[in-house]
Amino acid sequence: MKSIVYIIVGVFFGILMYKSEAASWFRIYEMFEFGAFHMYGIIGSALFLGVIGTLLIKKFNIKALGGQDMQLKPKDKSFARYMFGGILFGLGWALAGACPGPMYVLVGSGYVSILLVIAGALLGTFVYGLVREKLPH
Amino acid sequence: MELIYEPWPWYISGPLIALTMFILLFLGKQFGMSSNLRTACSIGGAGKVSDFFKFDWKSQRWNLLVVLGAVIGGFIAANYLSNNEVKINEEVAQKLTSYGIESTGTAYLPTEIFSSESLTDPKILAVLIIGGFLVGFGARYAGGCTSGHAISGLSNLQLPSLIAVIGFFIGGLVMINFIYPLIFN
Repeated sequence: MKSIVYIIVGVFFGILMYKSEAASWFRIYEMFEFGAFHMYGIIGSALFLGVIGTLLIKKFNIKALGGQDMQLKPKDKSFARYMFGGILFGLGWALAGACPGPMYVLVGSGYVSILLVIAGALLGTFVYGLVREKLPH
Repeated sequence: MELIYEPWPWYISGPLIALTMFILLFLGKQFGMSSNLRTACSIGGAGKVSDFFKFDWKSQRWNLLVVLGAVIGGFIAANYLSNNEVKINEEVAQKLTSYGIESTGTAYLPTEIFSSESLTDPKILAVLIIGGFLVGFGARYAGGCTSGHAISGLSNLQLPSLIAVIGFFIGGLVMINFIYPLIFN
């Protein structure tokens, strides 16, 4: 039963990514060229509501379904991993024109080439697992 | 009826992304798309060569279901809810033309890169695979991607997420300003 809920959330998210054009290579390129407000508006308005909602959850100690705590753990303190990892991610985001969520969405939209991007992403994840110990974190 | 094919404006899309995050929080989960890549590696047996992939991936089954849904959503949107044409800033479109990308305004993804015919071009193959590799490697190194850091992490006022998002933009700007002219000349 609960499986259906997650699939429905995914379908909603998939339609949202596609219809907002956040899954379009063109929109990502345009964002990095500062050519339109569109992507900044999407991220900004999501954040505006996200910050308010998250503050309210904490202030009123709102629980998740079943009474468990919400998953709002603070992230580990560090600089190197976030900066270096972030830069590598950004290079890939601008090159492939897709971040992980939209990659899955575009498979459904019928773009065969995106499977190569996903294969690359799986390989990148795997290689990170191999060399992780040697990297500054 | 044309309205149904129009793209959703930012002031609809952004709030709905926040809604997606809150629904997952309410279900006791965290909005994060790149962790599925790690889960997939674990399912594929990567735990044999690195402890990073030794974890109870079944606890991540819910997220794989979200991915399944996202694929279905992508199918529905592209086939029934869109004319699959993305209009962007005119000057940006002209710059793309100078890079040999002329499908702006007539496709959802540039046909010069994402059409099946382009797969015969080794340069395009490299763009797709290396782009994906950097996304996968970078997301795990940074501990999250756009959904985990730029949306969830920043919503929770996490400094690490701000550093990561600054990194995303440094990487993106370097790519389009310095590396694109070398690739698409």
